[in-house]
Amino acid sequence: MAGRVGIVAVAQTNFEERNSLQHTGEMMYDVTRDVMGQTGLEFKDDGTGIDMTTAAAYDSFSGPAGAYMFLGYVVGAYMRQDERVIEDGTLATYYAMLQILSGHVDTVLLVAYNKESGCIKNELEWQGMDQLYHRRVGLDFVTAAGLQARSYIGKNGITPEQLGKVVVKNRNNAKNNPFAMLKNGITIDDVLKGAMLADPIRITEAKPVPVDGAVAMIMTTEEKAKKLTDKPVWVTGASSCYDYNDLGQRDLAECNSLVTAAQKAYKMAGIKDPLKELDLAEISEHYAYQELLWSEGLGFCGKGEGGKLIDSGKTAPSGEIPVNPSGGMLSGLPVCVAGMQRVVECVLQLRGEAGDRQVKGAKKAVAQGCDGPAGQLQCVIALEN
Amino acid sequence: MGERIAIVGVGQTHHKSRRPDVTTAELCSEAVERALADANMQIKDIEHVIMGSFEPADGYHIPDKWIMPECGVVGKSGFEMQNVGTTGGVVAAAGFTVAATGLFDTLLCFAWQKMDEAAGAFGKGGGGANEYWTGQFPMSPITNFARRAYAYMDRSGCTEEHLAMVRVKQDQCAQRNEYAQLKLGLTLEKVMNDTLLAWPIRRLHMCPTTAGAAAFIVCPERAVSKWTNKPVWVEDWFTCHQGGGLTMAEDPSASTLRHACEVVYKRRGITNPLKDIQAWEVYEPASTAELRWMEEVGICDDYTAFKLFEQDKVGIEKEIPFNPSGGVTATNPIGATPIVRLVEACLQVRGDAADHQVPGTINRALATAYGGQGENVVMLLRKSL
Repeated sequence: MAGRVGIVAVAQTNFEERNSLQHTGEMMYDVTRDVMGQTGLEFKDDGTGIDMTTAAAYDSFSGPAGAYMFLGYVVGAYMRQDERVIEDGTLATYYAMLQILSGHVDTVLLVAYNKESGCIKNELEWQGMDQLYHRRVGLDFVTAAGLQARSYIGKNGITPEQLGKVVVKNRNNAKNNPFAMLKNGITIDDVLKGAMLADPIRITEAKPVPVDGAVAMIMTTEEKAKKLTDKPVWVTGASSCYDYNDLGQRDLAECNSLVTAAQKAYKMAGIKDPLKELDLAEISEHYAYQELLWSEGLGFCGKGEGGKLIDSGKTAPSGEIPVNPSGGMLSGLPVCVAGMQRVVECVLQLRGEAGDRQVKGAKKAVAQGCDGPAGQLQCVIALEN
Repeated sequence: MGERIAIVGVGQTHHKSRRPDVTTAELCSEAVERALADANMQIKDIEHVIMGSFEPADGYHIPDKWIMPECGVVGKSGFEMQNVGTTGGVVAAAGFTVAATGLFDTLLCFAWQKMDEAAGAFGKGGGGANEYWTGQFPMSPITNFARRAYAYMDRSGCTEEHLAMVRVKQDQCAQRNEYAQLKLGLTLEKVMNDTLLAWPIRRLHMCPTTAGAAAFIVCPERAVSKWTNKPVWVEDWFTCHQGGGLTMAEDPSASTLRHACEVVYKRRGITNPLKDIQAWEVYEPASTAELRWMEEVGICDDYTAFKLFEQDKVGIEKEIPFNPSGGVTATNPIGATPIVRLVEACLQVRGDAADHQVPGTINRALATAYGGQGENVVMLLRKSL
């Protein structure tokens, strides 16, 4: 292993409901040229520039097969090393860390992109369910989440008001985030009046759909990171873990794969007490209940105590562990891009560049992403400045 | 450059045009079980998993989620990758990269394609065509390779009879490979009178649609001797993607295969590829492409490969053992095809390729992946380091 891996530049688009003015390739151009400009790095063959690109994207969302090819066309990665993780953006970040630790490449340009406005998200995610059992009863990722929400709140006595508080907190946080899509806030009453999406999940407790946007980062070796910036952010630990796909084989009120991924990432990063040691978390709450369940999995509170956690105010921007000071997914992020955008937000926080949403003196942060129905595949990235 | 790594187990399915007897997940587990058995391993011994399929040719969205539980991956870390036809190649590259970090003792990599369940995968976007430019033409792999074959004939003096010679050689090899799909007993006459798809491409020149999967297990050096006394060392690998440029396909400076080979040969001190490499498994989506690919990997000068067929120099027991397995025109489970190439190259190095074993000691073998309209991954294997 070749020391630590550093993130030296990040960029994100504004997240919009329908970016009809820009093609996917143009969104990618904006964010990738941004990070290349920040570092002065270009694509090079001799090891002095960007050695390869690693993307996170779904073919089924982007339309033409292999939309990553825009990297070559538009971004200038023509005739370059180029690989793509077809999972949430945290998994691409995890893989890029491993690429650099392997010594095979030094500098990786990461990009994640998605235009949800170009497709029907539910139908595609239905195609992500197993062909024999789940698909035939019409189960998709939203209804799977409904079953998980029912199981989780039923087992632990989570109240609608507690879920409402999660939405209000994140939507208020988004007011401080110029990149967020929903910056208008919301009241608990309005959350609880939302139409039912998949009982017990209300549409106000779900990530808005569609959202368009892209993010990019440059990751490199410790030695090169120190030369490229005086504010590198280090990836100190990362891991992923798969759970069963069949919802019947899982205890949906728990998140075993997240617990495993978090334990491995924390161990690698030397984190023993996440609540005390971490200064903030940016996590992937596709639905309000997930912020509470994922907080349990990440060790911010005990099992079944997610409701108490939001009541305690510990996850508020001024609390012990601010969760989603950016506004999170509930304020509008596309799937797939979400995970890498979580990492980008952590990097901005750890560099002290998060503007009005800055958590004072942030030194350690964790980003979490998930993919598949009801958070089946989980990924945790530990970061430090 | 990270830890030294070796492949300790390989497995593939018996490839068929249709496999109505199994689900995609069951198909994958056939290959995975064979790879595990080959390494004297059980799934509990695997620490990290990388998967892949070319999703549009399967008709699914992120199918790793419901395929991986059948292969015993629950509770393990991993992710899915995809890059059109080079999918298996980037899965392999990722497997090599992650193994080289030394963070895991054992890695399982597998890829699949069950094309008997997909509806006209190549109808949409020609497998990677840009929607603005190449997507505006009726481009498919067939018309793309017709264009290339025509250009090749125009520049080299190669005739339709030469193209048929290539196809007959491939069939002769495939007939000796128990896993190959098409074993047709072809003659020059049969090929030259076959249905014309797009001149000069006849149906027999194009790769078939296949249901198949392939898997391999890779370890860092410290773990290798625990599992096998016949390791195949991974000497080097390189991915090179250019983004489907239509007009430049015949321009040598735009050949990703040529570039990737140049990089790898230079790093490994290979000056005479035909002497230094004793077995070749190169991804040729159309038999006609084999001619150009032989030139680009450095076996002969530009526009002379067809003469080698005329002189009867290409074949399992002949001077140039190119695609002894029968290659991609005999078997093409798209996403898995690069791993089939890798598996076949491993078998050659180990001397385990049975009836299609290349005689003599195979010290080095080269396997490649091809995708889109000019994407390549090059994988170089060695008997000992």
